[in-house]
Amino acid sequence: MNHPMVQFRSVQKTYDGESLVVKDLNLDIARGEFLTLLGPSGSGKTTSLMMLAGFETATSGDILLDGRPITHIPPEKRDIGMVFQNYALFPHMTVAENVAFPLSVRGIRGAASSEKVARVLGMVGLNDYGSRRPAQLSGGQQQRVAVARALVFEPKLVLMDEPLSALDKQLREQLQYEIKRLHHELGLTIVYVTHDQSEALAMSDRIAVFYQGRVQQLADPVTLYERPANSFVAQFIGENNAIHGRVESIDGHRCRVRVDESLTVPARLVAPLAVSQPARLSIRPERVVVTPPDGSVDVSVPAQVLDVTYLGRYVRMRLSACGSEEFIVTLPNDGREFSPSCTAVQIGWRADDCLALDVL
Amino acid sequence: MSSDAPALIESTTIDPASGGGSLPPPGPSLNDDLRRRLRRTEWRGHLRAYLLIAPLLIFVLVSFVLPLSTLVYKSFHDPVVPTGLPLTYKALREWGGPRDEVPTEPVYAALANDMKAAKRDGRAAEIASRLNIEASGLRTTFMRAVRRIDSVESGPWKPYFAGVDPAWESPTTWATVRNLADTNHGLFFLSALDLRKSSQGDVVRQPAEQRIYVEVFIRTIGISALVALLCMAFGFAIAYLLAHAGDRTANLLMILVLLPFWTSLLVRTTAWIVLLQKEGVINSMLLGIGAISQPLPMMYNKFGVAVAMTHILLPFAILPMYSVMRQIPPSFVRAARSLGASPTTAFLRVYLPQCAPGVAAGVLLVFIIALGYYITPALVGGAGDQMISYFIADNLTRALNWGLASAMGVLVLAAVLLLYWAYDKLVGVTNMRLG
Repeated sequence: MNHPMVQFRSVQKTYDGESLVVKDLNLDIARGEFLTLLGPSGSGKTTSLMMLAGFETATSGDILLDGRPITHIPPEKRDIGMVFQNYALFPHMTVAENVAFPLSVRGIRGAASSEKVARVLGMVGLNDYGSRRPAQLSGGQQQRVAVARALVFEPKLVLMDEPLSALDKQLREQLQYEIKRLHHELGLTIVYVTHDQSEALAMSDRIAVFYQGRVQQLADPVTLYERPANSFVAQFIGENNAIHGRVESIDGHRCRVRVDESLTVPARLVAPLAVSQPARLSIRPERVVVTPPDGSVDVSVPAQVLDVTYLGRYVRMRLSACGSEEFIVTLPNDGREFSPSCTAVQIGWRADDCLALDVL
Repeated sequence: MSSDAPALIESTTIDPASGGGSLPPPGPSLNDDLRRRLRRTEWRGHLRAYLLIAPLLIFVLVSFVLPLSTLVYKSFHDPVVPTGLPLTYKALREWGGPRDEVPTEPVYAALANDMKAAKRDGRAAEIASRLNIEASGLRTTFMRAVRRIDSVESGPWKPYFAGVDPAWESPTTWATVRNLADTNHGLFFLSALDLRKSSQGDVVRQPAEQRIYVEVFIRTIGISALVALLCMAFGFAIAYLLAHAGDRTANLLMILVLLPFWTSLLVRTTAWIVLLQKEGVINSMLLGIGAISQPLPMMYNKFGVAVAMTHILLPFAILPMYSVMRQIPPSFVRAARSLGASPTTAFLRVYLPQCAPGVAAGVLLVFIIALGYYITPALVGGAGDQMISYFIADNLTRALNWGLASAMGVLVLAAVLLLYWAYDKLVGVTNMRLG
C-alpha cells in the first residue's frame, strides 16, 4: 500500500504522429495529495488529465492507478470522479437526479441513494436545491453540484479540469476555499488542472508546471515561487524582472553575473550554468527596495522612475534600470510618500533574491 | 450645534428605496412627460418595423391566409341550391310534411317557378350539378324538368313533374333536396368521413361500396407514420455521424444530405422509378447476378412509396436532429462515463434524452409534410396506395366537388394542428429546433 496513487511512467502522447503533445511524462501522485497541473494552453496538461481519466490513450508509456496499469480499463471502471470546466450537468435531470446518477448506474437506489445525495449536497451547501434543474442555478451553484456529483460515489481519485475558470473572481476564490476544505476534510486525492497560477498557488500541495509537453518543475508552491528551476517557471509564476548578462564567476551556489562594463551583480545560481555563459537574472518586483538604507542590500543601482500606478494595497512603479525600461517595483502602501515619476532614485536588493537562470 | 448633527446625517444618508436622496422626488408631471416621450420614440420604431415587413405581411395575407380561410369557408358554406330554389324551400317549410311523404301541389308549383327563374338566369345547370353530388342521377331528373318547363303555362304541376321523371314522385328525391336547405351545413364533412344524411335526415354510413375516404385517411396516416419512423431511424444515424465526424467529413456529408434539395422533386421521384421498376436498375442487377429469377415488384406498391418518400423527406429529419446533437458538448457523455456509466448507459440516459427535442421536431416535420404528399405516391404508388392529397386533387379537378375537397383539406389541417398541440404539450414548441 506504499505505492503512489497515480504513477505516470514515460508517458508520451501524439495526436498526429508528428509532434508530441506530452513528451516523456514521469509523475507520481501521492495518496491524499492535491496536485495541480499548471501551464499555458497547449502545454499538455489537459491531455495528461484526459489520459488519466481514460478519454485519451497514451501513445506509449504506462499510467498506474493504485499500482495497477489502467491503459485498458475504460473510464467508467476507473473509479475516478471528474469535474468539468463547463460543469457538464445533465440538463434533463434535477440536481438530485444528477448527483444520484453515479449511484444509480452502480445499482444503488432508494433510501441508500437519497441519503448519500442529501449528505453530499449538504457538504456543498445545497441541501434545498435537490428538486431544481441545473438551468435554474447560478454558475457557482452548478459547479458545486458538479463537485458533489463527482464525490458522491467516493472515488479513489478526483480530477478537476479548470473547474472555476468560468466564474468571476470573487466566486472563484470562495470555491477555491471550499474545494480545499473538502480535500482536507474528506482526505481526497485531487488532480487539478488550471492555467491560473494564483489559483494553483492558493490550493495545491504540489504543482507540476507544464510547458511544451514537459514538466518544467514539480514542487510545492513556496519552492516554485521562491526557487523557480528555469526562466519559464520564473516568468509564468508571478511577476519578475529580467536582467540579461554573462556569468563571470561561480562559487558553489553563488555566482557573479556581469550586466555591463560597470556593473557585476551577485546572484544565486539556479540553472546549471558555466562561466562565460549568458544568464538571465530574475528579481521579484516586491523584493526590490527603493532608496535602501545603507548595508541592507547587496546590490544598489541607480534608476529613473518612469511612472507610478496607485493600486490601493500597493504601489507599482515602472523604472528604467540596468538597461531595462520595464523594471517593475511594487511597494506596500504603508502610508509613506513614494517617489513621483521622473525622479532619480537608488534601488537595491539582496543577492539571495536574485536568481541566475538559463536564457529562454 | 449638537441638535443639528442628526439632521445632517439624515439628509446625507442615501436611501436606496428612493434612488438617491440628493435628487428631488420626480413629480407626476415629469413622469408623464417622460412616459409620453418614451411612447413616441417606441411608436416611431414600431412604425418603421411594420413598414419594413409590410410587403411580406401583405404577401403572406394574400398567398396564405386568404386561400386558407376560403378553403375553410367553402367546406361548410354551400349556397347554390338554397339560393337557387328559394320559393321551393319556403313552400316546403310551410307544408312541413314528414320526410317519407311526397310534398303537396304548392311545393311543386314553387319548384316550377324557381326552375323558370333559374333557367332564365342560366343557373339551372349549376343547381343540377350540385344536386347530382348528393345523389347521382338527380342532374338528369332536374334538367329534364327544366328543359320542358317553359312549355307549360300553369299547374297543376305535380303531374307535370311526375310526367318528365318518375323520380319527382319519390320521397328520396325530396329528402335529398330538403337536406340541402341550409346555406351552411356539414354535409361535405360527412361525406369526407364516408357518412351521409339519410332520407330520414339521420347521419348514417355510406353504403359499403361507396366508402373510400376513411380508408384513405387511415392509409395516409399509416404511410406518413411509416415514412416518419424510417426517417427517424436513418436520420438519427446520419445526424449522429454528421455531428461527430471531423469538420471536413462533416462538410462533405452535409453537402450530400442537402444535394437532394437542389434537384426537383419530380426528378428525384423519376429517378426512383428508373431504379425500382420491373425492368429497372435494381431488378436487372439482381436478375443478372442470379439472386432472383422473377423481377421483384418494387413499384406501384407501398414499398416503392415508402422508399421514395423516405429518401425525399430524409433531410427534414436530419437537419433538426443534427442541430440539436451539435449543441450537446462531448463533455456530457464523458461526464456520464467518468461517473460510472457504460457507453450504452451514457448514450441512453444522457445523450438520447437531450436529442429528444430534435428527434421530435424532425419526426413531426416529416410526418406533417408526408400527410400532404402528392406527386411521389401518385407516380410511384399503385391504385391502392394513393394518399388523401390525390383525392383532394381528384375532387377539385375531375369531380368538381370543391366543397368535399375543402372539407378533406380542413380535416388534414385539423390533424396537423392537433399534432402540433400534442407536441407542444409533450416537448414544448419553444424547445423545437429546426436547424
